[in-house]
Amino acid sequence: MGEFKVHRVRFFNYVPSGIRCVAYNNQSNRLAVSRTDGTVEIYNLSANYFQEKFFPGHESRATEALCWAKGQRLFSGGLNGEIIEYDLQALNIKYAMDAFGGPIWSMAVSPCGSQLLVGCEDGSVKLFQITPDKIQFERNFDRQKSRILSLSWHPSGTHIAAGSIDYISVFDVKSGSAVHKMLVDRQYMGVSKRKCIIWGVAFLSDGTVISVDSAGKVQFWDSATGTLVKNHLIANADVQSIAVSDQEDSFVVGTAEGTVFHFQLVSVTSNSSEKQWVRTKPFQHHTHDVRAVAHSPTALISGGTDTHLVIRPLMEKVEVKNYDAALRKITFPHRRLISCSKKRHLLLFQFAHHLELWRLGSTVATGKNGDTLPLSKDADHLLHLKTKGPENIICSCISPCGSWIAYSTTSRFFLYRLNYEHDNISLQRVSKMPAFLRSALQILFSEDSTKLFVASNQGSLHIIRLLEGSFKHLHTFQPQSGTVESMCLLAVSPDGNWLAASGTSAGVHVYNIKHLKLHCTVPAYNFPVTALAIAPNTNNLVIAHSDQQVFEYSIPEKQYTEWSRTIQKQGFHYLWLQRDTPITHISFHPKRPMHILLHDAYMFCIIDKSLPLPNDKTLLYNPLPPTNESDVIRRRTAHAFKISKIYKPLLFMDLLDERTLVAVERPLDDIIAQLPPPIKKKKFGT
Amino acid sequence: MAALEEEFTLSTVPLGAGPNGLLGVEQSDKTDQFLVTHGGRTVILYKVSDQKPLGSWSVKQGQIITCPAVCNFQTGEFIVVHDNKVLRIWNTEDVNLDKVFKATLSAEIYRIHSIQGTEPLVLFKEGAVRGLEALLAEPQQKIETVLSDDEVIKWTKVFMVFRHPVLIFITEKHGNHFAYIQTFSSRTLSKYTLFHGQEEKSVIQNFTASVDRKFISLMSLSSDGCVYETLIPIHPRDPDENQRVVRSLLLKTVVAGNARSGVALTVLDQDHVAVLGPPLPASKECLSIWNTKFQTLQTSRELPQGTSGQLWYFGENLFMLHGKFLTVIPYKCEVSSLAGALGKLKHSQDPGTHTVPHFVNWETSRGCGFGSQNSEQSKRILRRRKIEVNVPPPAFEQLLSTIKKDSEKDIEVELCKFLAVKRTPDFHTIVGDIVLELLGRHTTEPSFYPRNSLMQLIQTHVLSYSLCPGLMEVALEKTDVQMLQLCLQQFPDIPESITCACLKIFLSISDDSLQETEINMESVSDCSDPVQEKMDEQTEILQNGFNADEQNCDSCDRKLNQKPQDAAEETTSCPVVPKRAALLNAILHSAYSEMFLLPHLKDIPAQHVTLFLQYLYFLYLKCSENATMTLPGLHPPTLNQIMDWICLLLDANFTVVVMIPEAKRLLLSLYKFVKSQICICSELNKIEVSFRELQKLNQEKNNRELYSIEVLELF
Repeated sequence: MGEFKVHRVRFFNYVPSGIRCVAYNNQSNRLAVSRTDGTVEIYNLSANYFQEKFFPGHESRATEALCWAKGQRLFSGGLNGEIIEYDLQALNIKYAMDAFGGPIWSMAVSPCGSQLLVGCEDGSVKLFQITPDKIQFERNFDRQKSRILSLSWHPSGTHIAAGSIDYISVFDVKSGSAVHKMLVDRQYMGVSKRKCIIWGVAFLSDGTVISVDSAGKVQFWDSATGTLVKNHLIANADVQSIAVSDQEDSFVVGTAEGTVFHFQLVSVTSNSSEKQWVRTKPFQHHTHDVRAVAHSPTALISGGTDTHLVIRPLMEKVEVKNYDAALRKITFPHRRLISCSKKRHLLLFQFAHHLELWRLGSTVATGKNGDTLPLSKDADHLLHLKTKGPENIICSCISPCGSWIAYSTTSRFFLYRLNYEHDNISLQRVSKMPAFLRSALQILFSEDSTKLFVASNQGSLHIIRLLEGSFKHLHTFQPQSGTVESMCLLAVSPDGNWLAASGTSAGVHVYNIKHLKLHCTVPAYNFPVTALAIAPNTNNLVIAHSDQQVFEYSIPEKQYTEWSRTIQKQGFHYLWLQRDTPITHISFHPKRPMHILLHDAYMFCIIDKSLPLPNDKTLLYNPLPPTNESDVIRRRTAHAFKISKIYKPLLFMDLLDERTLVAVERPLDDIIAQLPPPIKKKKFGT
Repeated sequence: MAALEEEFTLSTVPLGAGPNGLLGVEQSDKTDQFLVTHGGRTVILYKVSDQKPLGSWSVKQGQIITCPAVCNFQTGEFIVVHDNKVLRIWNTEDVNLDKVFKATLSAEIYRIHSIQGTEPLVLFKEGAVRGLEALLAEPQQKIETVLSDDEVIKWTKVFMVFRHPVLIFITEKHGNHFAYIQTFSSRTLSKYTLFHGQEEKSVIQNFTASVDRKFISLMSLSSDGCVYETLIPIHPRDPDENQRVVRSLLLKTVVAGNARSGVALTVLDQDHVAVLGPPLPASKECLSIWNTKFQTLQTSRELPQGTSGQLWYFGENLFMLHGKFLTVIPYKCEVSSLAGALGKLKHSQDPGTHTVPHFVNWETSRGCGFGSQNSEQSKRILRRRKIEVNVPPPAFEQLLSTIKKDSEKDIEVELCKFLAVKRTPDFHTIVGDIVLELLGRHTTEPSFYPRNSLMQLIQTHVLSYSLCPGLMEVALEKTDVQMLQLCLQQFPDIPESITCACLKIFLSISDDSLQETEINMESVSDCSDPVQEKMDEQTEILQNGFNADEQNCDSCDRKLNQKPQDAAEETTSCPVVPKRAALLNAILHSAYSEMFLLPHLKDIPAQHVTLFLQYLYFLYLKCSENATMTLPGLHPPTLNQIMDWICLLLDANFTVVVMIPEAKRLLLSLYKFVKSQICICSELNKIEVSFRELQKLNQEKNNRELYSIEVLELF
């Protein structure tokens, strides 16, 4: 099949931000996740948990609360005191509105979805009316002494519960006055703590209020009388989050020790109608604080400081025990953070607020499979490019020739020219970017580095010709009338004639760059596209979807290729379909037109289209070299999918030349080493 | 898998083949030493592992040895017969056979048998059997004639069955074969006609036999090259009546059909036989190992220089003539299982023990309502099974009718017939029904207690408590400890109350009545060697001159020690007799759930609790003697089982035990020992943590490089 020299890169020092909030939307089965750097990500749980959208973070905009409102509208509140609504079509911030109550700590949308409640630092609870295109302040509730850290609506919408420091208030929505004030015991394991912070409240339809607090308690209150009904001490540290299922028969809490507890409403005895809340299952999937939990109808979702998003299906709710019933742990973004200049062997790493440019080393030695070769030249860190301003970088790209770098934040687009003189590099910013080039979702250079393609967040695609030190705007493809969907993925053919662009849901559009017109649209598929690439010579467009299907579409013939039809007819190997990370990059071998290289976080694969396809009985992944087998057997058992699982977690893999690969790994241990230390738990014997 | 190892030649002196060549190979009282009797005049004692002779004796010129020399295991002397009637008895110090003890008998001897655990038995050519001691007391006593005219003994063997020897010999008269079983416990001789079945023409060439509690399994190699098996009951229904036994085909064509000589057969173990002879008409002679259970050839070894048709098997060595030399081929057979062959062997079973069904197979149980959620397929299987259940084999019907009216002996015979038939998938339910039927008759007719049949049924390894409720209750009522032990070993699902009732009986039964019962002792290792108690020095560790234990139990313990400061304190010997130990081990092995067991444990009388604790403490001490914390023996209780039972007993009876003066010393020494163990464990814990850190460092070293260029080949 082939022998490669692999540049195994582990110096990409990427650390995902910790998860701060999660909000689950039942109607669309989508999950919104906000991180400590202000990034908001949207996961489509129906599409194999694919991260289909994201909103870049902002240094001053730490989100503390996140919620969905009627009509798939997403709101967040943060420590800068602003309520933000996100535009899920254009992938930008619709508007930000100051609540005038200091930092916002909590937020809740009314059961009917038309009112928004925010809890602020100054102890005020503010009610906003959600209008079709904005929100409008309605009134304040009775001001409390200290910050409102948690809020919950009664399902009927008549009352709310607000968690503060040391007490929980119950408000009447109509009058806006506090009906009850329930004081929480400060005692913690017999020792009186200074404060008891109510991290979360949940109001059930029978009037029960469940609270979780910093003393490790889960408490049940009767809101009618304002009395404590039941107390569960579950942790030695803070219980930081709570989420209740829609049926109100189970809820989940997350603790600072990394444990998630599942509580269920269980009959006291069999056949009796009397039920009580019982702590049923503890899960320890996190090492650090579980800052946020959500309860979907079939799964418990949790996230926290250790940056993993964990989706734990509830076995009793899962009807079919298939691969969907497996635990999912999502750590890395489902998009590329790395681009590569094949000509100069450069790697560009994208971080939240800076870019790093590295030159790969080299070796003259050769070896056999598995050898580590001695380096004649080590990898160099060439450049550290810091962004200006508080905004996170959305996307970045280095041209194949290595002389251009482009990146974009929410409000500005940057283009740099790199000059190489022996070992010195000089960087020159290309100034006076046109006004329309403000924010890009995806940037791509053509193979010969003469053209720059920019997908802006308004759905338009810009083509810019690059000259020595300057540029010229060539054309803009406007989105089809009526759609405002942004393009997230771009691919250009190596001959520079075709450009493919894909959004999150609609099909892939293919443009003819020579004639500057839309060539065709690949039929829309149910699952979002995760990676795109156009093969050299044949101009076949290879599309990977989040359900692990791979299509090959011939652009000149405007139809799926024969191979693609064959594999759709036969179906992929079941183990291939059960992989749980999406394919994030596709590339091709310059000399072997039959090969397709693709990778996800845990494997990389070369598909050899000339070989027979594997069926479910054949071994998909065979790490061992064939030994002592005759050529006949080898030929008989060989199949099209050549898989390697040596490099993981794999964030990027590409072919530098015919015999050289570059693989960028990010070992989880290295990420954990950079996280703050977890709560130390005494281990017996240490 | 069975495997033959490299062969080696024992004798350097060439031997003539045929009846004059080699008379026999017999074990001596020391392992690894064998008596080889050369036809003619010499007896040589060989040490096999050294491949050298230790001694050689020969009779005078003119005399001829007529029967292989044997060793009397009780005295260590050797016995040989020359000139058919003259016995010579000597030991290793004697040089000249002429000068040793001599006894001339009145009848011709066919063979002397000697096996471990009994005196040598002398079989006369006329079929009479005598013990050696009785014979030597009166050498010229009259020996009766058992066999008829023209009847000659062809082959003979002796077994130990329940500590009593059983001798079998096969005779031939006009082409018909007869088997005689001589039991010494009941002094009965029973005769069986070996019925050949369809293959009348074939001539039996060689015999071998093994014993399985109730039956002697006689295997014969016929001239058609097939091995046949005949089951002969040891305790016959009617000793006086001539009975016929039918043989069944066991292995087909293991040797060439027309082989005239050099054919021999010997049983190696339960499932393996060794066959000597040419596998094909034209081929050279071969030694082959066959598995009778799977009817497969396991291994074979060619003997190009020919052999004599004699084969002996002792310990792990096969002896045979190869050419003119006595050759030894060591033979090994590891326990193999299908799961093992497939790489899924979960835990290796001790050799010789049977696999007990660990779970009751509900699917094949009768009358269990299946949930409707199962797929069509399983329903179909169930339906088919039900049909099978509804039409039980005719032997079953016959057996049931026998149980209803016939005597215990009849039932046993019918049962033997039934069990000899191939097992059906619902075999365990049928066996359960038979047990229930037997118990049903027992309740209506209290004198009827078919103990042997029940034991045999339990040993089919398919029964469980729930399949035959009431069986153990009956055994408890009769204080049949042997059956209780068997049930505890075989049943996976005994209720805790029954387990506890068994425990009570095991603890309370008198040593005398224990002496009379047959109990499987494999779980008991040699309990006779006492355990040294050496912890006294260890516990007194002075840390910085301060002894923290001073105020604790050690001081009072020392006071206790001062009084009996003699040998009794130094060593702890097993507090119970080995038979009781075997019974208690069966309890330790049984499954239980603490919650259900505890209330029953409270009912045990205090002195029995103390005795049991003493025994457990003894086992615990014995366990901690070696590093692996295991007891020697075949199927010993594990350390966890011992600890769990100590905890359980103390939990249940703590207040009682504390009040008994004799238990106080036991508790104190137990406490002291546990404390010393905890000390060791905490030290081990520290070591483990340091090792873990070392390992972590090691792993980090492997993963530290940030950049490397590697070679990858995709296949």
